[in-house]
Amino acid sequence: MELIESPLQDLKKEVSTGTTIIAVQYQDGVIIGADSRTSSGSYAVNRVTDKLTPVHDYIYCLRSGSAADTQIIASYVSYYLNMFSIEEGCLPTVKKAAHMFREFCYQNKQYLLASIIVAGWDEENGGCVYNVPLGGSIIKQPFAIGGSGSSYLYGYCDIHFKENMTEEEAISFVSKGITEAIARDGSSGGICRIATINKDGVKRRTIYGNELQKFWEK
Amino acid sequence: MQPKKKTLRPIVTGSSVLGIKYKDGVILASDTLGSYGSLARFRDIRRIVPITKHTVIGGTGEFSDFQEITKILRQKIIENQELVESGKEEDELLPSEIHSYLSRVLYGRRNKFNPLWNDVVVAGFEKGKVHMGTVDLWGSYFEDDIIATGYGTYFALPLMRKAYKKDMERDKALEVLRDCLTVLFYRDCRTINRYVFAEITKEGVNITEPVEIETKWEIADWQEGKL
Repeated sequence: MELIESPLQDLKKEVSTGTTIIAVQYQDGVIIGADSRTSSGSYAVNRVTDKLTPVHDYIYCLRSGSAADTQIIASYVSYYLNMFSIEEGCLPTVKKAAHMFREFCYQNKQYLLASIIVAGWDEENGGCVYNVPLGGSIIKQPFAIGGSGSSYLYGYCDIHFKENMTEEEAISFVSKGITEAIARDGSSGGICRIATINKDGVKRRTIYGNELQKFWEK
Repeated sequence: MQPKKKTLRPIVTGSSVLGIKYKDGVILASDTLGSYGSLARFRDIRRIVPITKHTVIGGTGEFSDFQEITKILRQKIIENQELVESGKEEDELLPSEIHSYLSRVLYGRRNKFNPLWNDVVVAGFEKGKVHMGTVDLWGSYFEDDIIATGYGTYFALPLMRKAYKKDMERDKALEVLRDCLTVLFYRDCRTINRYVFAEITKEGVNITEPVEIETKWEIADWQEGKL
């Protein structure tokens, strides 16, 4: 296998969201963040991807793994969540959404390459973050990181994470993390998309490539 | 489309579960780590869970399959409850019945080449005595007074066998478990120093919050003639 493959070979590879995704519980809800690169081998198929996918009004999922697999799962979960919430007449809890993702990922584990973080706000529990990694386990965490770029963030997160951060602190935590992962991970890149989810709804923002903070670069 | 491939490899895994009987009941112990290959990814999971008021299960191996086993068993308890309430069944499922049922489930899955990739410890109190045993991904059923899964079979079992006495005191049982967990922390690369203990007596189940155990590193200074 050649080290530098011809561009045509890249397009035959499965499209993956080689990615960095982070979700953090803060005082009033959750902050979620992701990079914007979708890669096919070493070709960046989409450099402005939106990996922050809403499945309901106050619940988002962060997708990593196969782009196709995660998109269709999110689509199904969104469909069922909307249907159930209309039938039940109330907003779904993040737990319900997460367990639905788990059901899809676990029962079809042979066919799927999907590692998903489910984060959002509900009235009962406030901000919640659930991790549904490869294999279909479901694990609730105060913060979760995923995707190929997350390897470079375990140290950063362990040192800098605090519970009950303010919105500003949490956004700084997430954006710096994404920035650093983009710097080190070839499969992550582009812009940093961030969303705040709390009782007031979802507020999205973007930090463009050239605006990302510069850390030690040499 | 590719043909169905079963017998997948485990992804998020849990290491050893230990269990020891004592005078008034039984104690299980495990760490709270879910490993992702060599990465210590999920450091606050529960690999020992209650199933009924008198039974707990502990799981080694693929964590998603252990969560599924927990679901399957709890569903079985609910079904049984309905039978109890309508008078068709006598009482809540016993630990030995749960253990037996689980062994049939796991054996059935193994026969279809689609195992639940776990080594499960089932422990509980029934009819004034303790029941404890394991079932593994092959469907092998096994009962004993001292139990260990994963690396624990190699490191902990010999230590537990030496220290075990029928109707031993609670403190001694805890001491043995703590020693074994410490050895496992020293020697098993897929563990962390954060443990949960589950005690079952005739009163019921009590699962502790995670605790740390002291480790000794003095031997680091005993080397002479270091290069």
